[in-house]
Amino acid sequence: MIQVQNLRKEFGPKVAVNGISFTVEKGEVLGFLGPNGAGKSTSMRMITGFIPPTEGSVKVGEFDMLENPIPAKRLIGYLPENAPSYADMSVRGFLAFTAELRGLSGDAGKKAVNRVLEMCFLENVQHQSVETLSKGYRHRTCFAQSIIHDPEVLILDEPTDGLDPNQKHEVRTLIKKMGETKAIIFSTHILEEVEAVCSRAIIIDRGTIVANGTPRDLKMRSDQAGAITVKLVDGNGEAIKAKLSHLNGVDRVTILSERPLTLRVWPRKGSGSDDVSRGIADMAFQERWSLQGLQVEEGRLDEVFRSITLPDTKSTKEETK
Amino acid sequence: MNPTLTIARRELKGYFASPVAFVFIVIFLLLAAFFTFMLGGLFERGEANLLPFFTWHPWLYLFLVPAVGMRMWSEERRLGTIELLLTMPVTPWQAIVGKFLASWVVVGIALALTFPVVMTVNYLGSPDNGVIFAGYLGSLLMAGAYLAVSAMTSAMTRNQVVSFIVAVVICFFLILVGYPPVTSLLTGWAPTWAVEGIAAFSVMTHFESIQKGVLDSRDVLYFLSVIAFSLFTTSVIIRAHRAG
Repeated sequence: MIQVQNLRKEFGPKVAVNGISFTVEKGEVLGFLGPNGAGKSTSMRMITGFIPPTEGSVKVGEFDMLENPIPAKRLIGYLPENAPSYADMSVRGFLAFTAELRGLSGDAGKKAVNRVLEMCFLENVQHQSVETLSKGYRHRTCFAQSIIHDPEVLILDEPTDGLDPNQKHEVRTLIKKMGETKAIIFSTHILEEVEAVCSRAIIIDRGTIVANGTPRDLKMRSDQAGAITVKLVDGNGEAIKAKLSHLNGVDRVTILSERPLTLRVWPRKGSGSDDVSRGIADMAFQERWSLQGLQVEEGRLDEVFRSITLPDTKSTKEETK
Repeated sequence: MNPTLTIARRELKGYFASPVAFVFIVIFLLLAAFFTFMLGGLFERGEANLLPFFTWHPWLYLFLVPAVGMRMWSEERRLGTIELLLTMPVTPWQAIVGKFLASWVVVGIALALTFPVVMTVNYLGSPDNGVIFAGYLGSLLMAGAYLAVSAMTSAMTRNQVVSFIVAVVICFFLILVGYPPVTSLLTGWAPTWAVEGIAAFSVMTHFESIQKGVLDSRDVLYFLSVIAFSLFTTSVIIRAHRAG
């Protein structure tokens, strides 16, 4: 549905986006991650046709954004960063205006407006002018605008920014549901959002893609992935550490905290976490340790994010003792 | 519905939702009346025409029209709605023309509300209503030219005040190059063809010949080309702004 090829954008001497390529198909929700100023918004602006790329091409459906912008834009719903809207209009009036620009006038327009008012929980404020609304409502008004024509492609720049936890949850559920039938790209700073909603994630740093995969794949790149956390009610930390170190397939053991006693066991490369955790459980049984918890770490996205986007500073190889 | 009209209608609603349109209309009417009756001496002249009414329009518009047009694009840039508008299935040209038309309608409404002055001269004497109509048409065209200039300056900045001032300066320049005191200053040393050539760029020259009742296609063409040129420049500025 969306084909981005070798997209590049220069602002004067500064390269904001440096040759990114990816595709998004229908039924996919692509998370766009990256530190501030990495080029996320600039990329989205180029994909939606707001700013022309210096190089490269964007294809939406079968239409090229540069050569055939109007039909390409027709397929897209776009929520820009900071969710702008006309302050002097009522919520309803604003949505009716965008519906009309999308070619939905008269009854079809009214229906579309009512549909998104309901979907975005805006019915109570529909006659209020946008400038009197709180940030969350304004945000949802602009979000409503992006889905008013039930587009095949949705581009959302920080759709949950400024929402309260309940609203965040609603929007995430909505995105996930719409992601079943649409091609969606959304950017965010919140990593748990990526795990909750995305079928794939791209991490972009200084204008280039540094990682591209499912949230699961990305998490596997974490140092912690596959490590086993052992929690005990009490016991001698050093003695237990020494015992665990001699277990089959164990590379090293670190003590995370003394009380409650928490240790992390790193399996050797090549030996599975499952075997090692079974070994730990057996040992705990034999030694009569009061085992409280045993967990195989999945790896953490924020750690991956940090280690990828901060190559200059020392990445956190080990958690602090 | 045509996107140009959709945008024009929204803009028009915007003008009347904020006090801009009302303030403009009221002040325009008050000032127009003041200039016509107090300074122009419509009654004292004893002539049944609207010369004292129209003579002041280039000056009246100089400050009032940029005030109407200053928000046209700067507001979009300040609010960020320009990003919304230009990612809709709408060409920049449709947006530019739609916004321009809406502001022109606001000025047109103000101008139309001066109808009592027409009724007055018709009641008191028997004026040439053809000349009056030409005067109105010329005035509307001139307002359009000023508005197009304001559209252009408001596309340059997100600051409405800057947009207003730059528009006033450009419009002032368009008046001055054909204003008799200035042209007579030039005739002292410059050749006639040069003075006339420079004066041909002035709204004064063209507006004066229209308000005399001479609807020359050249004068109409002048105003239309100022509008077309300014709106075209607006589109160039907007494209340059988007390109970074």
